[in-house]
Amino acid sequence: MVLFSTVLMLLIIVPVMALTVLFAWRYRQSNTEAEYDPDWDHSTQLEFIVWAAPLLIIICLGALTWMGTHLLDPYRPIDRIAPGRAVAANQTPLEVDVVALDWKWLFIYPQYGVATVNDMAAPMDRQIDFHITASSVMNSFYIPALAGQIYAMPAMETRLHAVANKPGTFEGFSANYSGAGFSGMHFKFHSLDATGFGKWIAAAKAQGGALTRAAYLDLEKPSENVAPRAYGQVDQDLYRRILNMCVAPGTMCMDRMIAIDNAGGEDAMHAGKGMPMPMPMDEHAAAPASGPLQTGAAMPVKAAPLQGAGLPNPHLLQTHLMAASRRSQS
Amino acid sequence: MLSPSLQKFLFGRFTLDALPIHEPILVVTFIAVALGGIAVLGAITYFRLWGYLWREWFTSVDHKKIGVMYMVLGIIMLLRGFADAIMMRLQQAIAFGGSQGYLPAHHYDQVFTAHGVIMIFFVAMPLVTGLMNFAVPLQIGARDVSFPFLNNFSFWMTVGGAVIVMISLFVGEFARTGWLAYPPLSELRYSPDVGVDYYIWGLQVAGVGTTLSGINLIATIVKLRAPGMTMMRMPVFTWTALCTNVLIVAAFPVLTAVLALLSLDRYLGTDFFTNTMGGNPMMYVNLIWIWGHPEVYILILPLFGVYSEVTATFTGKKLFGYTSMVYATVCITIMSYLVWLHHFFTMGSGASVNSFFGITTMIISIPTGAKLFNWLFTMYRGRIRFELPMMWTIAFMLTFTIGGMTGVMLAIPPADFVLHNSLFLIAHFHNVIIGGVLFGAFAGINYWFPKVFGFRLDPRWGKASFWFWVVGFYFAFMPLYVLGLMGVTRRLRVFDDPSLQIWFVIAAFGAALIALGILCFLAQIFFSILNREKLRDVTGDPWGGRTLEWSTSSPPPAYNFAFTPVIHDRDAWWDMKTRGYVRPLSGFKPIHMPRNTGAGVILAALATVCGIAMIWYVWWLAALSFVALLAVAIGHTFNYHRDFYFPQEDVVRIEGERTKLLTQGA
Repeated sequence: MVLFSTVLMLLIIVPVMALTVLFAWRYRQSNTEAEYDPDWDHSTQLEFIVWAAPLLIIICLGALTWMGTHLLDPYRPIDRIAPGRAVAANQTPLEVDVVALDWKWLFIYPQYGVATVNDMAAPMDRQIDFHITASSVMNSFYIPALAGQIYAMPAMETRLHAVANKPGTFEGFSANYSGAGFSGMHFKFHSLDATGFGKWIAAAKAQGGALTRAAYLDLEKPSENVAPRAYGQVDQDLYRRILNMCVAPGTMCMDRMIAIDNAGGEDAMHAGKGMPMPMPMDEHAAAPASGPLQTGAAMPVKAAPLQGAGLPNPHLLQTHLMAASRRSQS
Repeated sequence: MLSPSLQKFLFGRFTLDALPIHEPILVVTFIAVALGGIAVLGAITYFRLWGYLWREWFTSVDHKKIGVMYMVLGIIMLLRGFADAIMMRLQQAIAFGGSQGYLPAHHYDQVFTAHGVIMIFFVAMPLVTGLMNFAVPLQIGARDVSFPFLNNFSFWMTVGGAVIVMISLFVGEFARTGWLAYPPLSELRYSPDVGVDYYIWGLQVAGVGTTLSGINLIATIVKLRAPGMTMMRMPVFTWTALCTNVLIVAAFPVLTAVLALLSLDRYLGTDFFTNTMGGNPMMYVNLIWIWGHPEVYILILPLFGVYSEVTATFTGKKLFGYTSMVYATVCITIMSYLVWLHHFFTMGSGASVNSFFGITTMIISIPTGAKLFNWLFTMYRGRIRFELPMMWTIAFMLTFTIGGMTGVMLAIPPADFVLHNSLFLIAHFHNVIIGGVLFGAFAGINYWFPKVFGFRLDPRWGKASFWFWVVGFYFAFMPLYVLGLMGVTRRLRVFDDPSLQIWFVIAAFGAALIALGILCFLAQIFFSILNREKLRDVTGDPWGGRTLEWSTSSPPPAYNFAFTPVIHDRDAWWDMKTRGYVRPLSGFKPIHMPRNTGAGVILAALATVCGIAMIWYVWWLAALSFVALLAVAIGHTFNYHRDFYFPQEDVVRIEGERTKLLTQGA
């Protein structure tokens, strides 16, 4: 597509450049044989072409852009794993939760209960469903051989769907400057066959080490040029907590805050809507999920992602609640 | 010694540790700058030039002199910005195979941030503003801008911003965030030192100047045109200047606001752009690009105007398609507000939003393309004289077309997901900014220099500079296109893949050629001053000009026009020449003129001190300088000696000398 659009543009670019050189040469001052017409400054036909030709090309390019952008939208699950090969109906995508840390990449495989740092693998011909976030500053998650990049942003989640068709080891890195250790923030992406991937997972499991919340808080501390490593076990709720900025003990999760907000806020709950709701700040102790709150919502606020944005509810909504809850705590 | 609390009160967070005496590169630079500075200051003192500079230049409200000072600022800052560029090229050319290069991250990250900030705000902007300041009032037959004092003040505020950024080189440090300082990285939590504060206050101080100068030039163009000059008879450069200043006035307040919000986050602990407490960094990214995209058109539009003037003049022809040129400019002005999101397609806005902004971006290429065709057809059936301004214009037409094409490629969201933040992007915007803005500035400098000083710039050194620049540009940036297509990201300090090195070496070679281009440009100015008698132009119209500035003497008298000209057609001066215009030789009257004032220098100096005090948390000094700023500003309103009459006998004498020169020449 890029190739096609480049050819389209060259339809204009090449004549312009050629004419520039041609006119510059032909109408040079020393060439007194060339025609000189100092008052010629208008031609309706030429002006029409000058505006219409680029317009036509841009209409073609625009149509191409609209279709291409929707087809290749990273949020859209892919419908074929290669030309002519549709995604098998019974095949579940490989889920990978990606976290950009200062300054390394964490990959969590929720279906396998393992996690790796600065090392990633996927089986060929199986759709990969990435959930991407960051711990502190903006990065961009990019494996050029696999798919386009997408920003990794703290407290927000971006999505990417991709599939690898060729075996091999490819480069992955951050494509958005993120501070001192940015240059060393790269990893290897291994595209393996099914057995190879099974072995890779087994090897990760065998390495042992558990990525608990405490271990994550340790890992999260800034470090540069980090060697690949694996964790055989992962706290199942860890990714949600990273995304909601509540891994550290004593912090409230953002999704929970949104849920309280949707339920009409703290006052609505205390006003006795039949939902006594403890508000522990340390969620180590907090069992209740946010489910029941949403059913009793006094103010129905759309909790679904913004259309097209693909991001969690705008955080602006939380501002008041969070500020209020902080004040009431202190 | 001082007690810690007193020290903190007096000096804020400044300590002697803030001086980079442990960084040899900076120490050497500092010594060189200090020696150079002492030499210049010594020379000024020795030749007793302080009084002359203060009276005739620093306090001048003459738009021509202010224009020249803007150009000088732009050229000085170009040297600094280019020094940063060559440091980066060198680092990237050697940091392979385990080598860390010669710059640690702490230094390298400041260098690329400073390079971007300086080149945009303190090189490109002053060069553009300088050209507009000098040429616009002359082109519309005015004696000065609408608000001459404001013009002087605006200039010194720009200088104040530049001074703040330059001080960060030797006291403390500059931001390590990239030139747009995206949060959360630029928030206090991740950038606790003074770097981002230098960035904020440098831009805030300069931004005041830019906004005010925008207001000033709009008022000038709208209100001060000579009788008969309708909007559709304005020179194209004046049209582009008008559109650019409209953009400035509409866009710069957004920058001021977004930086103010960031400073609230950093100084008062608000949460506009933080990760938690309801902050949202995406809002900053949107706002900064709502300023940032119009900004690139602010830079390029006036140069489109320069190319139009140059092409018409040096082909000896009327500009082809004046009306469509004007509408194209206006289209670009409006469209430039509808494309900002193309700077972050990868933020996850969804396919429909991305497509919308991709397509609006492509639409801008239509009026831009129309302009290129119009220059092309102006050349058609012309008599092209390949003087330097025309050479720069041809180089622009060829180079900018490539940059335009890669720009449209980047506007296709699926392609951008691959190329975003890569060196392809870097190559693209240098392609349009160097190939468009800088080439245009050089065309403008060579074109108007004889008008400013009365002698032409030496063409031999100028041609050497031209070829080094153009060839150097292609060597420096074509490899970056290739590297970008290979997936290499911007702002990397070290590389693993040894096969990439050769491309970086070629790019560094290109940067060296550009260095020679800059040297030749400086030599061009130096030798032109040396040989000024040989290059002298007494006619005031060395190129066979078409617009009003060429009807005056070179340099023009302080009052520009002894009699306000009456305009009957486009290309007013060409029209006057062809109709056998006779210069009036008598009947001169005293001319009402604005008087010089030092208030602008003082106000800007106080604003600069206030900014520096805020950066270092020296609250008493910030408060004091701010109060002083208000006091001087109010005090200045009581200055009733703001104008004078340029005496009749002086007008008679100046015009008489010009008559003598003209008859001698003829």
